[in-house]
Amino acid sequence: MMSEQSEKKVGIISCSGEGCVEGTISRIAARLVLERLRPDTTVTICLPLFLAGGREERTFARDYPTITVDGCKKLCAKIGTEHYSGKPASSIIVSDFTPNGKHTELGSRRTLNQETLIIAEQIAERIAEEVDKILECWE
Amino acid sequence: MKPNAPKKVIIIPCSGIGKAFGSVSRETTYEVIENLRKETADTVCLALLVSGDEESLHLVRNNKCITVDGCPLQCAEKNVRLAGGDLAGSFRVVDAYKDNRHLKPRAVTFLDHDGRQLAKALAERVAVKVDELLRTP
Repeated sequence: MMSEQSEKKVGIISCSGEGCVEGTISRIAARLVLERLRPDTTVTICLPLFLAGGREERTFARDYPTITVDGCKKLCAKIGTEHYSGKPASSIIVSDFTPNGKHTELGSRRTLNQETLIIAEQIAERIAEEVDKILECWE
Repeated sequence: MKPNAPKKVIIIPCSGIGKAFGSVSRETTYEVIENLRKETADTVCLALLVSGDEESLHLVRNNKCITVDGCPLQCAEKNVRLAGGDLAGSFRVVDAYKDNRHLKPRAVTFLDHDGRQLAKALAERVAVKVDELLRTP
């Protein structure tokens, strides 16, 4: 996950839910931050590995700030992170960015369409802003 | 998928987000449930299942499950077992890769051509397994 524990890194924990398009949006948004927007200051954690007891993942999330990205109000990423490693520094819910918070008519969960890709990009920008705020306050 | 819906085979990918094989596992699942066997297969969110969601637990305990894992940690298989799911088959992307070494997926966020092709190859195997499971009581 990372080699230098002293590095300033923010963990992005996405729900990546397979069952709905919002899960795919959460995944793509997180990946856009990791690959394009803040590649040097962010890492990711596979949520099911983390929830199932991945020691390295839980230790990281306990020792470093995290941002959770959830597709729906069930908040698997946020609740799991709070339960096992502590309160995330920031928590984002995809449905807060969708039209009227609706979960329908958003297109395929397999491949994002133009509309949902724009939503993913907006969320990625928001995550990046949160990363910057966390890094500014880092002691 | 509702808990009292007709039985389907539940395909559960690993949700791996860090490497291309995790994305292949996800694409494999969608190829099966949205194309190859859309009438007889479905999926559930792995994170929701691991979180102990009652509806998800009911689904995996009352339908045959196939897991598709991207890395050797095999989170999907382990978590379906832990949840008491009816695990009837498990696939690993690395095994499909061994049989298709000309395909080298590199992109993670948006799968490249090789990633999609590898997913298709694996999905064909998963679909055969779905049919086999539906033939057996």
